[in-house]
Amino acid sequence: MTTITYRQALNSTLGEELERDPKVLLMGEEIGIFQGSYRITEGLLQRFGPKRVVDAPIAEEGFVGVAIGAAMLGLRPVVEIMTINFILVAIDQVVNHASKIHYMFGGQVRVPLVIRTPSGGTGQLAATHSQSFENWFAYCPGLKVVAPATPYDAKGLLRAAIRDDDPVIFIESLALYDTKGEVPDEDFVVPIGVAEVKRAGHDVTVVAYSRMTAVALQVAQRLAEEGISVEVVDLRSLRPLDRPTIIASVKKTNRAVVIAEDWYSYGVTAELAATIQEDAFDYLDAPVQRVAGLEVPLPYAKDLSAAAKPSAQSLINAIHRVLHGTRNNHG
Amino acid sequence: MTKPALDNHTALSAAQVAELRHYYYQMVLMRRFEERTNEMYVKAKIGGYCHLNLGEEATIVGLMAALKPEDYIFTNYREHGYILARGVAPGPIMAELFGRETGVSGGRGGSMHLFDVSKGFMGGYAIVGGQVPLAVGAAYALRYQEQPGVVVAQMGDASTNIGAFYESLNLAKLWKCPVLFFIVNNGYGMGSTVEMGSSEPDLWKKGASFRVHGEQVDGTDVLAVRDAVRRLRDHAEATGEPAILDVVSFRFRGHSVIDADRYRDAEEVRQGREQHDPLRHYATWLQDHALADDAWFATLAEQVEREVQEAIDFANAGPDPKIEDIFTYMYASPVPNTPGPEAARRLL
Ligand SMILES: Cc1ncc(C[n+]2csc(CCOP(=O)(O)OP(=O)(O)O)c2C)c(N)n1
Ligand SMILES: [Mg+2]
Repeated sequence: MTTITYRQALNSTLGEELERDPKVLLMGEEIGIFQGSYRITEGLLQRFGPKRVVDAPIAEEGFVGVAIGAAMLGLRPVVEIMTINFILVAIDQVVNHASKIHYMFGGQVRVPLVIRTPSGGTGQLAATHSQSFENWFAYCPGLKVVAPATPYDAKGLLRAAIRDDDPVIFIESLALYDTKGEVPDEDFVVPIGVAEVKRAGHDVTVVAYSRMTAVALQVAQRLAEEGISVEVVDLRSLRPLDRPTIIASVKKTNRAVVIAEDWYSYGVTAELAATIQEDAFDYLDAPVQRVAGLEVPLPYAKDLSAAAKPSAQSLINAIHRVLHGTRNNHG
Repeated sequence: MTKPALDNHTALSAAQVAELRHYYYQMVLMRRFEERTNEMYVKAKIGGYCHLNLGEEATIVGLMAALKPEDYIFTNYREHGYILARGVAPGPIMAELFGRETGVSGGRGGSMHLFDVSKGFMGGYAIVGGQVPLAVGAAYALRYQEQPGVVVAQMGDASTNIGAFYESLNLAKLWKCPVLFFIVNNGYGMGSTVEMGSSEPDLWKKGASFRVHGEQVDGTDVLAVRDAVRRLRDHAEATGEPAILDVVSFRFRGHSVIDADRYRDAEEVRQGREQHDPLRHYATWLQDHALADDAWFATLAEQVEREVQEAIDFANAGPDPKIEDIFTYMYASPVPNTPGPEAARRLL
């Protein structure tokens, strides 16, 4: 085990996979000479050269399409989209092409493609640069969507994604890049489509992913000091969604709070809440609580920006709401 | 392009004669296949959208005649003729139109999504322009792996107005991808003329600001198309330079089977069919060069009639895909927590 940052986990995995398989190549804007907008690809151009680490012009639709076509002929491109906001100009290629080619053509060709991109808001980046669109892709059959919260999962899921024969959308988070965690030194993968109970508890289940998992773990720690035992289910994959792990946890705790950074209506939390009421309705002691973004284009001003995004405090408030009934009964 | 010198046709080898006749066979096969497809659509054997290649036979056969087995082809949704001329049997193509398990895409794709990887036919695509970056990517992969071959990005005239085309031109030139942008200029995108949609109606010029060479060819002339493609193809393969070929052809009918074509002047259509019928042109040419006589044409017509009927019989006989198999092909790499045969059986 070595303690590394989330960024280092991604960077080292990209290097290892480039080393392992000559069909793997990286493609994206400013990933080579510039070393990556968020330095995820730092040093890789120097190590592997311009054939394997390809600086692409600002033409997301074009180069995402190129990566899909190259994948159809057996290459394994790993595309970086600078932030998820910019993938909208390439969404036709992802949704109408990458996700459909294997199924629609009767399984004749595979699309072993990874698209890595940070999602969510941080640091007053304002309305066009702070969005969470992973639910748009998680909505689409044929894609796989993963969103690791820790360096361990970042490494294990990136390896799994690059070795997978389907298109995988790999969701990162600017706010997680500098977070640290222990990562095994040997080769391992984290399976796609499998959630993990990151912290066991018995009073309430919090379901989260990516940065919100980190928030949930901090909150769980704080509430433990108040005598509230929080179980944290980290989804890790949004598609496929590991419903059995969520349901098993809720059946145990009988209470659930679901949290995601995206907008409230039609967001990930809606899917989670629906899943829980469908499969664990009789086990619930209180309505599922949802914590999500306020439905505004994210404002720039510091306080407004912070108020619009879910926070540790909004999660704590939701946990108190979901526990309320029981506490009153006991009090 | 100059045609083979046929003043003294005894100079042609038997193989050359056979090849020249084969083009005609393919054109007639395509014509009858499409006419019968129209009929099958009216009989409700075929559903969805269905776009025919009637009038584009020389354009397609000329293209395929110049391509090599190592080449790849990506097309739009008007592609029945392309996969036929690439040498895929008519039966599985018709079966796909019928939505059968025995179809080229297992009944999962339909008329607009034909595919046969074994022939390098990499699909019909129904989002205008969507196939173009994919074709550049395939060419990128050829170059990356130092493989021979080129990739054809077939597209319509109206598709030259979408952004994906321009990003593709730029990337293909920048990254030295051997792609032939093969623009089937049938004068219309649905009901809109080229002039209505393109500020530069000379489509072959559209590569100018990307330094991509372009030229135009008469899509009614199978040999002219073949020779132009051959030259551009070989150049692309040798140098990695992409090129545009603007192939002028005439759409015999409406945009799709269900389009009554009311926006076109009846006289324009009548004249177009008369003057730009690739079959008539080429039949005359073959006769003028004493490469075929009436008996040969008659025998061929009978043979094609039979083959298309056999394709329809094959399609009719094929089983429909089973409901239990609705999730088959969802993912190439198995993944937990995704519906499989169990979930499919619950649908029954
Ligand atoms: C992005 C997109 N917009 C609109 C359509 C609807 N549509 C299908 S075909 C077509 C016309 C295309 O014309 P052209 O490229 O000239 O090809 P042709 O049909 O003449 O072969 C349109 C508008 C579509 N499929 N995709
Ligand atoms: Mg057209």
